Amino acid sequence: MNTLNADVLIVGAGPAGLAAAIELRRLGAGRVMVADREQQAGGIPRHSNHIGFGIRDMRRLLTGPAYAARYVSMAEKSGVDIHTETTITGWQDGTCLTATSPNGLMRIEARAVVLATGCRERPRAARLIPGSRPQGVFTTGALQNFVYLHYQKVGKRAVVVGADHVGFSAVMTLRHAGAEVAALVTDLPRHQSFFQYKLISADRYRVPVLTNMKVTRITGRRRVEAIELTNVVDGSAREIECDTVVFTGSWIPDYELAFYGGLAIDPALKGPRVNQRLQTSAKGVFAAGNVIHAAETADVAALSGRYAARSVMSYLNTGAWETAALPIEFDEPIAWVSPGLIAPGSFAAPNGSFTLRVSRVLEHPTLAVWQGERRLWSKVYRRLIPNLPVYVPDGWLPQVEAGGDAIRIILSQS
Amino acid sequence: MTDIYDVAIIGAGVVGAAVARELAQYELRCVLIEAADDVGTGTSKANTAILHTGFDAKPGYLEARLVQRGYKLLKAYAEQAGIPVEPIGALLVAWEEDQLAALSGIQEKARQNGVFDVEFIAVDELYRREPKLGAGALGALEVPGESIICPFTPPLAYATQAVINGVALRLNSPVQAVERVADEYFIRCPQETFRCRYLVNAAGLHSDTINRMLGHEEFGVIPRRGELIVFDKMARGLVDHILLPVPGKMGKGVLISPTVFGNVMLGPTAENLTDRTATDTTAQGIASLLEKGRRILPDLLNEEVTATYAGLRASTEHDDYQIHLHEEERYLCLGGIRSTGLSASLAIAEYAAERLAEAGLELRRKAEFKTVKMPNLGEAFPRPYQSEEMIRQNADYGRIVCHCERVTRGEIVDAANAVIAARSFDALRRRTRAQMGRCQGFFCSAEVAALLAEATRLRVETLIGAAL
Repeated sequence: MNTLNADVLIVGAGPAGLAAAIELRRLGAGRVMVADREQQAGGIPRHSNHIGFGIRDMRRLLTGPAYAARYVSMAEKSGVDIHTETTITGWQDGTCLTATSPNGLMRIEARAVVLATGCRERPRAARLIPGSRPQGVFTTGALQNFVYLHYQKVGKRAVVVGADHVGFSAVMTLRHAGAEVAALVTDLPRHQSFFQYKLISADRYRVPVLTNMKVTRITGRRRVEAIELTNVVDGSAREIECDTVVFTGSWIPDYELAFYGGLAIDPALKGPRVNQRLQTSAKGVFAAGNVIHAAETADVAALSGRYAARSVMSYLNTGAWETAALPIEFDEPIAWVSPGLIAPGSFAAPNGSFTLRVSRVLEHPTLAVWQGERRLWSKVYRRLIPNLPVYVPDGWLPQVEAGGDAIRIILSQS
Repeated sequence: MTDIYDVAIIGAGVVGAAVARELAQYELRCVLIEAADDVGTGTSKANTAILHTGFDAKPGYLEARLVQRGYKLLKAYAEQAGIPVEPIGALLVAWEEDQLAALSGIQEKARQNGVFDVEFIAVDELYRREPKLGAGALGALEVPGESIICPFTPPLAYATQAVINGVALRLNSPVQAVERVADEYFIRCPQETFRCRYLVNAAGLHSDTINRMLGHEEFGVIPRRGELIVFDKMARGLVDHILLPVPGKMGKGVLISPTVFGNVMLGPTAENLTDRTATDTTAQGIASLLEKGRRILPDLLNEEVTATYAGLRASTEHDDYQIHLHEEERYLCLGGIRSTGLSASLAIAEYAAERLAEAGLELRRKAEFKTVKMPNLGEAFPRPYQSEEMIRQNADYGRIVCHCERVTRGEIVDAANAVIAARSFDALRRRTRAQMGRCQGFFCSAEVAALLAEATRLRVETLIGAAL
């Protein structure tokens, strides 16, 4: 087995991994290696062929493929060593990992590791949707792969399940591939995107957005023939004929590498637990991007990678590793908070904020950060919507008492 | 003039394929006729993937005898043919006082079945062995011989070995009619009519239909649906044994078992149906499995689900296998082979050959009987992506395409070019595990489709079943 040495090994060449690599080189890191299991670097944006990428990190408006290509070329120019078709298969110890590639098996010894393995959508099975198991059931990721990387049509008449940004993008992808879209359905009382997105996809193609509807059955032998929808409020059911179903959203981190490395896993996020310096529970191992918050937009993931680079650099320079941590506690209807730990004494969070999601629509809620009996921060919102990010600015971090109680984030409705 | 076969076997499930393999050792001309587009697509593909010792079979029954013998035969064959088997042992867990009281009877029954290593495990020891077991277990029986096995490889290995030893395999050939004229059978399929002297019915869920075509009515098939849930590999650490329920008045109950692919399985339900194609999962079935699973292994419910599926066992109104030889007619019916068919398959095949000989079939061994070595799909054995040697010989074994299951480009190409080639996603899944994992194709389905289309010269539209 060959051994490669690197100052930093980054796992995953999506926006977070590449942004971390570029920033590390800019800050003067020596050998920065990025391993990606796909044939091409760039991550999910490679096949997200619609506009809307690069706003926060590049101050540009690009399509996914153009954005991915730009990151790859920037990384190459900064002297980042990108290894595609290279799967990290496991851990030897600490920050030494094993890999498989067409060149054989490798051991990669790094001083620090950044996990930027991203996320995926829960497929039909994980959502426990009953019925038969015919062809024609996709996730948005699979759909985009077929349509934009393999120029392949997938079906004639589709139903899209999920009405956040990704659901609306799936409508556009299906239309691009010549499929009619019969409906976009969500089990929530409203869509979870911006009206502009709805306008350019569902409204433009006259696709009805069916709210409060969940998929309760798929029928069809060889190929999908219909899906059954049940109204979550009144229990009434209806069937829609279609040959294609696309399950969108319901993101989950691709966290198995973190899991097999024995890293602490945040049960709400289903990703490696990190503090606001993006350190995991294992010394020298960091995590960034959508593996710690599935899913933010690509530019937010990239900024998370860039932020991680600075933490990595300071670790490489000083060898200091944060061990003290205060957990952040929360309850329903908060679904998750990222990062989930606070390292006292670090007064900044990635991109200046903590990110959270709610699990149901809330009108005029108050969001507050507490430590013990002290309220550190609060804000009244007009409305909070599931699947859309809620950012809690990090200005209260200096008020956190290092040896004190856990931090609690509380949502209340007056 | 079509060829006259010595033996025709209807049904290429695990039983029919095993019979074809068995007969391939002899100087015979055989044909294996299958309605579906691949071998092992009926009951054989959706089961609990356990290699049973037969400890709990009804003593004296044919099923008991064949499962015990089949267990030994398959264990040995698996090693030779590269079928993944892990002898992890089972724990038959008692949750109620009456179940605890029933354990000694089960232990006695195991002895009668020739399984002598079944031991009682007290509750402390039980929790020491399975610390994540739900609260309230009272004790258990340990059955060390119970093993987990890859359910897909055995029928493929048998059929492949049959084919390389001269058996003709005809897929996509549903039998429409069978007639006997003088000493010959005429088996009518849409594309072809097969003629043979001896007939073996291994049609599984349809074995009674074929039986009736020949004027026999010893049994009727009652399709019994079993729904199963497969959890992600990260759940594998929660459980070390097959956790069996104690059979009671309410049937066999659900089990939790690791799989050779590194997942954890929960199931099956048991529901008698009339529709022989009803492999749908149901909301009630899934809900009842989750409820039962929560009691046995509560932490399992926090894990992600990788797959849900349903299979149909070919049960009948009888308790035992329905193996009937009609000597005069040179017809052997292998019906009512239920969920134990995988474990018993090689013994059923051996027995089938004996019975056919009774009816006059001459069994002369061939000079050579070629062996097979199947690609390993199990986690407990080395796979191509872990082999420096294989990657050096072919870099495509270092190109992982299906990331969740770590299936390489080389394996996909091999499956598409195998003796019994993969010509659909499902067939590829059973040969390689491609797309069987947690993402169900999010990352790789388009790439896998393109690779399979290229290797088989099929269109991607055909593979994804789209009429465009």
